[in-house]
Amino acid sequence: MDELTTALAADLDRAFPTLVDQMGPRLYWGLRRMCGDHQEAEDLTQETFIRAYRALDGFDRRRFEDLRLAPWVWTIALNLGRNHLRDRSRRPRFVEIQDHGREDPDLPDQRAWDARFAALNRNQRTAVVLRHVVGLGIGEIAESTGRPEGTVKADIHRGLDHLREMMEQEK
Amino acid sequence: MNIEQQIQDLTGALPDGISEGVALGTGIADGYDFYESAVGEVVVTFNPNGVSSLSLASEDFEGYFAYRYGRRLIRAEAPSAWSGHIPTAIEAGTPGKLPVDLSSVTPFQTRILRIAATIPKGEVRPYGWLAREAERPGAARAVGSTMARNPIPLIIPCHRVVKSDGTIGAYSLGGPHIKWELLTHEGADPVLLENLAEHQVRVQGNVSTHIFCHPTCRAIRRSKPDNVVNFKSGRAATEAGFRACGLCRP
Repeated sequence: MDELTTALAADLDRAFPTLVDQMGPRLYWGLRRMCGDHQEAEDLTQETFIRAYRALDGFDRRRFEDLRLAPWVWTIALNLGRNHLRDRSRRPRFVEIQDHGREDPDLPDQRAWDARFAALNRNQRTAVVLRHVVGLGIGEIAESTGRPEGTVKADIHRGLDHLREMMEQEK
Repeated sequence: MNIEQQIQDLTGALPDGISEGVALGTGIADGYDFYESAVGEVVVTFNPNGVSSLSLASEDFEGYFAYRYGRRLIRAEAPSAWSGHIPTAIEAGTPGKLPVDLSSVTPFQTRILRIAATIPKGEVRPYGWLAREAERPGAARAVGSTMARNPIPLIIPCHRVVKSDGTIGAYSLGGPHIKWELLTHEGADPVLLENLAEHQVRVQGNVSTHIFCHPTCRAIRRSKPDNVVNFKSGRAATEAGFRACGLCRP
């Protein structure tokens, strides 16, 4: 087991915030690229972590030993993205204390990239995002999406080709 | 720059609020919000399982909470599914439809607190009564310490529990004068209660119905004053031919 998984197995409540710190940014930005919407990506990120916490709470030692954290968390996130299951009315809602409130974090060419990713089919979009935004390996992507490695490679390849074509046409 | 690198650069930090949302949604941290009550502003804490504590809105309630429960607090709105029941529960002095999280106390203490929550507004019951209702007649002292540890005063009305000698007794939410104030507010006369205690009156009977009650029971309070007689114990009332009230089960 890696250091974080060991810590989660030893004291879930204490270690879980570290998991959120480590995986949160790439989870959010991966989902953000996949769905193209800040609010939805934020909801999905929170929901994914909450589901992950509940699942880990019931894990025994062996399940922790077999756990591959990143692909496992992404399996949860991708399933949620498909089902949109929410039960937000049953939990407390964070109140922003700062003045600026919650804004869509702005990146250069944000809208242009949203449009390009939206033009890809779902499998290609998921594969490209998991490989190049999130930084998962081919094997990990195959695990989280439940698709064979060869198919994942082909999806990434075709997805990148489409993105290149779109950028060429924009010039 | 090739396209793979451009895509890699499409990330940033985790937006504000997500890690707090996760801590609240998992229950790793409790949320808190402020509410009005008969004794001033109070802080109510909650998690997905229900309301977990209530305390006076002092400056250091966050430090106190961390010390007493070992958990972090985050400013939040209560779950919308039941947030509307919080002011109602504070005003009524009973949880009603509001879910409460009593995981910070033992199963025995939970049982005692659930029984305390059934005492009607304007009435009081002695420690020994709660012990008997919990089928642990010898545990009056344990009931006393349970009241002192009640995590959700006002909503779980430990202010309606008095000492076995009938005197008002201590109160965890800011001291005995607050308990006095609350009982007065609810229509249970603390001066009368202290007077009865001083004269060792534990129960009162109605000479026309031959039923005896706790002195604050709504049944005995409806009786004509001329019909009310005092007893030092339930046993004395039984020996005088009275039977126990079904409402307050003295």
